Amino acid sequence: MAGRWINDLTRADATPEAGFLNRRQIMAGMAGAGLVAMAGGARATTPEPDDWDVITQYNNYYEFGTGKDDPAEKAHRLTTEPWSVTIDGMVERPGAYGFDEIMQAMTMEERIYRFRCVEAWSMVVPWNGFELADLLDMAGVKEGAKYVAFETVLRPDEMPGVRFPVLDWPYVEGLRLDEAVHPLTIMATGIYDRPIPNQNGAPLRLVVPWKYGFKSIKSVVRITLTDTQPPTSWNTSNPREYGFYSNVNPEVDHPRWSQASERTIGGGFFAKRKPTLMFNGYESEVAALYEGMDLREHF
Amino acid sequence: MLRGVMRDRINGALRRVPAWPFYPLAALYPAWLFYRGLTGGLGVDPVKAMEHAMGEAALQLLVLGLAITPLRRFAGINLLKFRRALGLAAFFYVCVHLLVWLVLDVQIPAQIWADILKRPYITIGMAGFALLVPLAITSNNRSVRRLGPAGWRRLHRLTYAAAILGAVHFLMLVKGFQMEPILYLAAILALLGMRLAPKPQRKAA
Repeated sequence: MAGRWINDLTRADATPEAGFLNRRQIMAGMAGAGLVAMAGGARATTPEPDDWDVITQYNNYYEFGTGKDDPAEKAHRLTTEPWSVTIDGMVERPGAYGFDEIMQAMTMEERIYRFRCVEAWSMVVPWNGFELADLLDMAGVKEGAKYVAFETVLRPDEMPGVRFPVLDWPYVEGLRLDEAVHPLTIMATGIYDRPIPNQNGAPLRLVVPWKYGFKSIKSVVRITLTDTQPPTSWNTSNPREYGFYSNVNPEVDHPRWSQASERTIGGGFFAKRKPTLMFNGYESEVAALYEGMDLREHF
Repeated sequence: MLRGVMRDRINGALRRVPAWPFYPLAALYPAWLFYRGLTGGLGVDPVKAMEHAMGEAALQLLVLGLAITPLRRFAGINLLKFRRALGLAAFFYVCVHLLVWLVLDVQIPAQIWADILKRPYITIGMAGFALLVPLAITSNNRSVRRLGPAGWRRLHRLTYAAAILGAVHFLMLVKGFQMEPILYLAAILALLGMRLAPKPQRKAA
C-alpha cells in the first residue's frame, strides 16, 4: 500500500547530522532532479535544515497555552497510553481502534515535508507515519461519504490551556474525502524515528503538507466519515480569516498579514524570508484536487 | 488614602531613590535580549521573541506611567519624579519593537508600507507610535518651560490615546480569544477612568 509518493526532501534537508550526508545528498540530487523535470520547475529549492529542537520547542497547541513554548513546557502532562481512535460515521466497521492495533496494521514510512503555518513561518519536518487512506481502509469507507471530520482529545485536567475559551474546545478539523485519501496525507506517529513528542501531537496526528499547519490536527481521538462538510475550529472562530480549505496560497493574504513570504524558524535573528510556494510546493501533486475552484473564494 | 505616617515614610524613602539609574537599566534590557537571542537564549524564533518582549515592555511601562497620577491622588504616594524616565523608556522600547519588526521580521521595504496601510492592527500600532514622538521630543525641562506647564500637560495627554492604541494593537494581533491583551486594555481604561473621579474639595484652613 505504501510508497505511492516519492519524497523530494531528504534527511539532508532536515537535519545537520553529518552521518547521513554523503549517501543522502546523492539521493536528494537524483530525486530532486527527477521531480523538477516532472513539475516543470515548480519545485522548491532545498530548504534550511531544521533540527529536533526547532521542531519540538516551537509549537502551536493551544490546549497547553498560546505561547510557542507552552506546549513543550506543559504537554508532558498528557497521558497518551492507552490510546484509541474512534472511527465512526459512514464506515463499514465503526469502533474504537487501539493505537497498537493501528500500528501493527500500518506500513510505516518516513515523509520529509515542508510545514507552513498560517502565521507565515515554516520549517521542514521528517515525519514517520502512514497514509491516512490506509487507516480509513481499516474501517472501510462507505459509499456516499464525502468528508472526514477529526477531533483532538480534550482533557481539562491535563490541558491547562482549555480553561480559557481561546477556541471552542475540543479542537476539530476536516478534509474533503479526496484530500483525506490523497497519498500526501498522512497520520504521523514519529519524528526522526522517535515517537512523536506530546507537544507535536502524540500519539498520532494528521499531516496535510499543502495546507496551513492548523489543518494538521494533533492527538486525534475521533475520525468521522460524513456526507456534509464538518465544522472546523478556526473557521468557526473566525470565518473571515480561516477557510475550510486553508490551502497554502501566496496569492491569497490573511486579512491581517501577507502570505506571500515566510520566515524559516531556527535561522536566528538574520534568517532571510523566503517566498511561499503555491500549495506549499506540492502544486504538481494536489492542484488537480481544486481544478475549476476559485481559490480566493474557497480559501 | 494610606495612613499618614506610613505614607510619609514611603514618600521619604522614594525621595532618596534617584531616577537617573533607570535610563541605563532600561537601555540594557534590549541589549541583553539581543545578546540572549544571538546565543540561543530566546528559543528558536528570537525575532518574534524580541519583538513581543519589546512591545509588551513598552505597554507595561505605559501602564506604570499612567498609574502615577492615581497613586498620588488616591494613595498619596508620590512617584512623579520617575514618570519622565518611564515614558522615555516606553518610547525607546516602542522604537526597538518597530526596528525589529522592520529589519528582522518583515525585511521587505515595499511590504512595510503595504502593511502599514493595509493591516489595521499595524496602522493602529503606527498611530500609537506617531503620538509618542512629540511626547518624547518634549520630555525635557526646556520644553516644559517653553510650552508652559498647562500647555505641556495638555500635549502629554496624548499618552492616554497612545496607550489605548497600543493595547488595541495587541488585542487585534492575537489569534482566537486571549486574556492578556484584554487585561492590558482594562488596566489602561481603569487608570484613565480614575482621572474622571471628582477632585476632593480642599478645606480652607
